Amino acid sequence: MTIFFYIAAAVAVVSTLFVISGRNPVHALLNLVVSLLAVAGMFFMLGAPFAGALEVIVYAGAIMVLFVFVVMMLNLGKATIEQERHWLTPKNWVAPSILAGALLLALLAVIAGGGLHPAALAEIDAKQVGVALFGPYLLAVELASMLLLAALVAAYHLGKHD
Amino acid sequence: MDAIANWFASHPQFTAALIACIKAVVILLGTVIVAAWMIWLERRLLGLWQDRYGPNRIGPFGLGQVIADMIKIFFKEDWIPPFVDKFTFILAPAIAMGLMLLMFALIPVTPTWGVADFNVGVLLFLALAGLEVYAVMLGGWSSNSKYALLGGLRVTAQTVSYEVFMGISLMGIVMLAGSFDLRQVVEYQAQNGWNIIPQFFGFCAFVIAAIAVVHRTPFDLPEAESELAAGFHTEYSGMKFGMFFVGEYVGIVLVSAITVVLFFGGWSGPGVASHAWLAFPWFALKCLFFMSGFILLRASLPRPRYDQMMAVGWKVCLPLSLINLLGTAAVVLAGQGS
Repeated sequence: MTIFFYIAAAVAVVSTLFVISGRNPVHALLNLVVSLLAVAGMFFMLGAPFAGALEVIVYAGAIMVLFVFVVMMLNLGKATIEQERHWLTPKNWVAPSILAGALLLALLAVIAGGGLHPAALAEIDAKQVGVALFGPYLLAVELASMLLLAALVAAYHLGKHD
Repeated sequence: MDAIANWFASHPQFTAALIACIKAVVILLGTVIVAAWMIWLERRLLGLWQDRYGPNRIGPFGLGQVIADMIKIFFKEDWIPPFVDKFTFILAPAIAMGLMLLMFALIPVTPTWGVADFNVGVLLFLALAGLEVYAVMLGGWSSNSKYALLGGLRVTAQTVSYEVFMGISLMGIVMLAGSFDLRQVVEYQAQNGWNIIPQFFGFCAFVIAAIAVVHRTPFDLPEAESELAAGFHTEYSGMKFGMFFVGEYVGIVLVSAITVVLFFGGWSGPGVASHAWLAFPWFALKCLFFMSGFILLRASLPRPRYDQMMAVGWKVCLPLSLINLLGTAAVVLAGQGS
């Protein structure tokens, strides 16, 4: 199973690189979908099928669909690809690369330090997730629900006919 | 011969994997063949209900019509228009067909047959149904033509809206069965009666949502020929169009099968307990009933207006499935308390 985990992880990293470097917005979003599916696969491999399935339903199946939907509605065409090419000059890569490199160093330091838990200790099923959400994390769930309600009301207000 | 038998007996793990693979291939081929003959069934039944014959020339009852059509579509010129986005244009029909077939892996056909048993089967079904929208969306976008794009936009809004309560309408069943596992849902029904009775409102919402998600008549607004030419597949030809076309029929078979598994007891039925071989005939019979039902829907219902369809989804079906969810939760809690 470990080998599949690393394959999924490699797919996630490579497709995310394509998301950043891609010029066509729809192709970049498709790469992001692949990346999210790979992350879902990693959840399955780690023994969290519930989280993996929700990752696909919520991120790949709903949020990314809306992203692609908006790009389709704008129907940007060839002009934006030229614009992207114009923006993505080597000079613009320098600062983000330094920031990402610093994060990579921190990550490597953590891995080298051995402060990580071994993967796939136990399978987490839906019931355990639910018990955790409505036990120790109840306050966070309630706060998130209020945030979503506020967003819903705001969307309703913006969308209503005058 | 004995040597081969001995070798298989001494490698039980390999033998089990081989048998599982063979079962998976049989289910895959069975699905595709049933879906292809759905086309014949639909044309014949539509003919019957509209007081005409339908295709009856090739083979007995016109059964060879599908083979003739398939040979024709294989040899048609598979033309990719020069203005399309080539990669996504080719990818879209593959997603349409592939995901539909992948969903069949989740269906428990009989107690011993079925491709994969996941303990989150219901969720995986919803996940794959959610990804299915990319096929039509990308087909519509990559075609680079206005009718295809409008069809793609319609299908996206439609699917995203209807998926919301498709998931919610199934949660009542999950609560009753106490598991996301489709096999346990069937076993729960074999012991406690079919879910259609306690979950009638969930059933109504689910069937409406499922028809909308596989964009089947009367909810085939994305390909409404009166206003959008052929909608998202306007620019497709040859076998790529064939993949969308057969994919739709695989979708009907799939929706029928999942409805049977979730609401009508799957393989369970009178006599299965004593005669195990009756499991598959029961499953097939129930599926055939629903497949014919979807054809009857197509024969009898007109297409609604697009805004009417979206309004019904959000204003009727979503509240209905939420009330169903709360009601089921209350009943389950009360049952546990006593």
